[in-house]
Amino acid sequence: MKARLLAPVAGLLTATMILAGCGAGGDRESDSGGDGGGASDVGVTEDTVTVGGHFPLTGVAAPGYSEIPTGAQAYFDYVNAAGGINGRQIEYIVKDDGYNPTNTSQVTNELVLQDEIFAMVGGLGTPTHSAVVDFLNSEGVPDLFVSSGSLQWGDDVESKPYTFGWQPDYEIEGKIIGQYIAENMPKAKVGLFLQDDDFGEDGEKGVRQYLDKQIVGVERYTSGNTDVGPQVAGLQAKGADLVIAFNTPAYTALTQLTSLALGYKPTWFYSNVGSDPQLVGSLLNRFSEGAVEGDNSSLNGVLTTEYIPGVDATDDPWVQLWQEVWDQEGEGGELTNYRIYGMSQAYAFVQALAAAGEDLTRDGLVEAVESFEDVTGPQLAPFRYSADSHMGISGMRVVELQNGKAEELTPVLVSDIGDAPIEEDSSDQASDAPPEGGIPDGS
Amino acid sequence: MNRLLDVWRHSVLGRHLLLAVIGLAVVVVVLEVVGDFRALQLAAMAYLGIAAGGLTVLTGINGQISLGHGALMAFGAYTTALLLDDPTGSMPISLVVLASTLVALAVGTAVGVAAARLHGPYLAGATLALAVAVPGIALYFGEFLGGEQGLRVSLPDVPTWALDLEYLLTGTEMSRSQYVAYLGWITLIVTFVLLANLARGRVGRRWRAVRDDEVSAELAGIRLGRARISAFMVSAAAAGAAGSVLAITARLAAPSGFTLVLSLTLLTAVVLGGLGYLSGALIGAGLLTFLPPFVTRIGGDAGLSDIRAAELAPLVYGLVMVLVILLAPAGLVGTTRMAMAERRARRQMAAAGKTDSPGTTHPQHDSNDENDPGTPQASGSTTSKGSTR
Amino acid sequence: MQQLVNTALGGLTLGAVYAAFALALVLIFRSTRIVNFAQAPMAMVTTFIALTLIDAGYSYWVGFAAALLAGLVLGAVVERVFIRHVEGKPEINAVILTLGLFITLHALAAVIFGNRFRSFPAPFGLRGLEVGGTTIRLTTSGIFTIVAVATVMVLLMLLFRFTDVGLRMRASAYNPEVARLLGVRVGRMLTLGWALAAVVGSLSGLLIASGGLVHPGYMDSVVVYGFVAAVLGGLESPVGAVVGGLTLGLSLSFVSGYLGSELVALAALLILMLVLTLKPGGLFAVASARRV
Repeated sequence: MKARLLAPVAGLLTATMILAGCGAGGDRESDSGGDGGGASDVGVTEDTVTVGGHFPLTGVAAPGYSEIPTGAQAYFDYVNAAGGINGRQIEYIVKDDGYNPTNTSQVTNELVLQDEIFAMVGGLGTPTHSAVVDFLNSEGVPDLFVSSGSLQWGDDVESKPYTFGWQPDYEIEGKIIGQYIAENMPKAKVGLFLQDDDFGEDGEKGVRQYLDKQIVGVERYTSGNTDVGPQVAGLQAKGADLVIAFNTPAYTALTQLTSLALGYKPTWFYSNVGSDPQLVGSLLNRFSEGAVEGDNSSLNGVLTTEYIPGVDATDDPWVQLWQEVWDQEGEGGELTNYRIYGMSQAYAFVQALAAAGEDLTRDGLVEAVESFEDVTGPQLAPFRYSADSHMGISGMRVVELQNGKAEELTPVLVSDIGDAPIEEDSSDQASDAPPEGGIPDGS
Repeated sequence: MNRLLDVWRHSVLGRHLLLAVIGLAVVVVVLEVVGDFRALQLAAMAYLGIAAGGLTVLTGINGQISLGHGALMAFGAYTTALLLDDPTGSMPISLVVLASTLVALAVGTAVGVAAARLHGPYLAGATLALAVAVPGIALYFGEFLGGEQGLRVSLPDVPTWALDLEYLLTGTEMSRSQYVAYLGWITLIVTFVLLANLARGRVGRRWRAVRDDEVSAELAGIRLGRARISAFMVSAAAAGAAGSVLAITARLAAPSGFTLVLSLTLLTAVVLGGLGYLSGALIGAGLLTFLPPFVTRIGGDAGLSDIRAAELAPLVYGLVMVLVILLAPAGLVGTTRMAMAERRARRQMAAAGKTDSPGTTHPQHDSNDENDPGTPQASGSTTSKGSTR
Repeated sequence: MQQLVNTALGGLTLGAVYAAFALALVLIFRSTRIVNFAQAPMAMVTTFIALTLIDAGYSYWVGFAAALLAGLVLGAVVERVFIRHVEGKPEINAVILTLGLFITLHALAAVIFGNRFRSFPAPFGLRGLEVGGTTIRLTTSGIFTIVAVATVMVLLMLLFRFTDVGLRMRASAYNPEVARLLGVRVGRMLTLGWALAAVVGSLSGLLIASGGLVHPGYMDSVVVYGFVAAVLGGLESPVGAVVGGLTLGLSLSFVSGYLGSELVALAALLILMLVLTLKPGGLFAVASARRV
């Protein structure tokens, strides 16, 4: 009888103990990094530096995005094979969050408290990353190059001193697109096709600064809802003859297919995120049987923007470097624009490591990135980093797609959030080439 | 000691309170030993456990399937996020959890009233639609509820009394993670004591009666609708408390945190542990918290690429579900209990053989059990089978 | 006006796919009283099989036939290996089992076929037809979808109403004991039910994939809406499934176009609750007598 009574208690006890016990070691000292970073060098040893990132590797957001960390990994491996930075090998830990903020919070705890990463690099997604941004900052973990164009990573340095954006934010992209259309197509009746989150919102804010009056209709889609017919039909009904679309690549293919079925032929202007000509083109090329024309021509005449060279620019020295890195260190499959994205980010992180010097500390790394003004890399326009702003790349150019390649329509245009003017870039970053050996030196 | 045993034997409430005290002691010991990361993981286990406990009452004891409990958690989580929107907020955290519970209770009542008439697959369909629909509400009222990005939760500082108490007991400072974990587990213990008492009492007997045989229950004067609705309400309240703990642990309430996957996870926890046992819900929650990262790590160590290792977790998780249902459909707790009961029966049989009294061959069905081991598996006909035809 | 027509036509085509999926659920429910949540990933797997063949250079129709055949086999295998063990057990067991299969198949497909977007060719044109100078959102592929679903519905009705096999399948489902006494090989009938349902499920997978993008999760939203459609129709009736699917497709298309796409799921919930409140057994519920 007695054993009987104790069974549930014993069950509870053992369950908790076993589960809690399977790895309790190694957590205690993590508290040292808890108070503001200071001169801590968590995650750094003589010959290694450990960094991590969270990405959707499973679930509906995984197609596409899960390739980004493979690109970054390949570039880190490339650097490691050449001896690392300041004698340190870069260890890169990738965690799956399935694009669910609750999971992001769990895996970030794991990265910071258990794996004891030195810095977060390239954590992906707005809702996901915003779940952990406060935690990372309160723990003093450098949070570099968030893979999202939301403004919040860079516009409030005081409350998020450790977080840095990377790609041009959606607002300046909207501004640049808006100005281009206002100047070159003043008579166009503009429709907006927006993802129903900060991506669409920030983009719309930028676009409206320049062509508020030209906009005849706005349609929003919820990510995951793959039937965009009603939205495209709505734009058609409003008579929009130019559609600016802030959406992901899959939705670019879907809008193209839908407008085909609707006999709707506006000029499409996709934001950089959604344009990926290689991916979208390969998706659309399949529907050749009397549907979309074959070859690479399915996206001909589509306007978009670019801020790093993509796989189509085979002559670009940066793309040649990425191809070499992928051939050497890649895990199979071909080089894609997602992988180039990851590599370009990884390149910037390696630059930051090199600049932070031999005595690597978290605050030292942040200072190094804040003084990035002269640093050049694959990005076409310079970073905006300073002690007052952690916004990423400052601009992009407008291009038109022809046969799967981007043809420049404007020089590189740079701007900033708010009512900062749009100017031509004077740094000439767009025409630089990677250093010999493909690895940045310490400055 | 004898008095304690006396309490154990004769008072249901007393027994549950004793268990709660023991549980609390275990929690304190564990949380003082583990580091911040494990503490937060345990907090995650706590919110899964609370919600799974509520679902146990609904599905295991009352026989109603819900595929939408994640949505009910969302109501709790958003209430918490709205109440804790700035760090200087003066509202005590216990009131926040209570308010979240009440909001979910209100929603649960509405859902329960609508669901009371539905059976089996119809109920599953309705709750499935609920799970998918609720995140859309947060998008529609984006201004107020933060849209896709959700609402941040600013956890107020650890209250001084808690810091003092911790210092008094252990001589160390209480970290925020520990605080969150304590909050989660104390909520869990309180919830489980309440659930266990309800399940053992008159209300619980009604729930079971309705599950086992609607017609007899009705003949015995039980109002079917009322019993169903009350089970749904209790279960929703637990989900609300769980959602609140989730929001505090994850520091965020966002629609993508409350997808169908969460609802299915809860159902899985309930079934893995053993349908109808609160302890099973807790064990299931533990499994689902600790198994996926463990599997991924093994995959990574075995040299799989990150992407493949990440797919390993759902693969193992799905296989475990399939295997448990095929090999041990009563779940871990149920199967263990059955094995124990069988052994006891054999022992008694052996004893009976000696004293030559064949009347005691049945395993003693002890009514003092935490919950009725006669889970739906044992009862031949379930509610929906008969009524959908 | 054009928008109205196009929204309606888009809704009908989508509704036809929900209907096909709901038909598969109804078939399984009729034969084993189980709701098969693994239906969507099973269809996803067979669609990927078709895609692999098409990528290897075979024609669309070879892939199409192979997918249906694979569905037949997969359905029978799943029933014999897994479902057999939970038949007659509490329904929660079957729910969990099929959900477990759902997750397992999903992860397996991601590992085997890769978790990325791929395009799936269409059998016919993807251009909208022209009527009186304006293009309407009805493509030849869309017409094919609607015709295919209508054909399947009619075939199933014929099967259940007029054939011996259909009768035996119904008998096995309604009262296995009696059916067995009457000499029906109940086990075989259940396997057949699952196999047929998986064929219909595979068809819905192919129809929704045609002229669109596939990845391991592409059927996930269909699970929910297909299930809702089946429940709307009453889970028992093929006609109900089709009516439920079309109703749902149409209404959701209008909600998405005129109210906002974030409300689609909410609208599905409201429609379902409205119907179930009026008729707790669905639109086409068989008049039910409670068994005592």
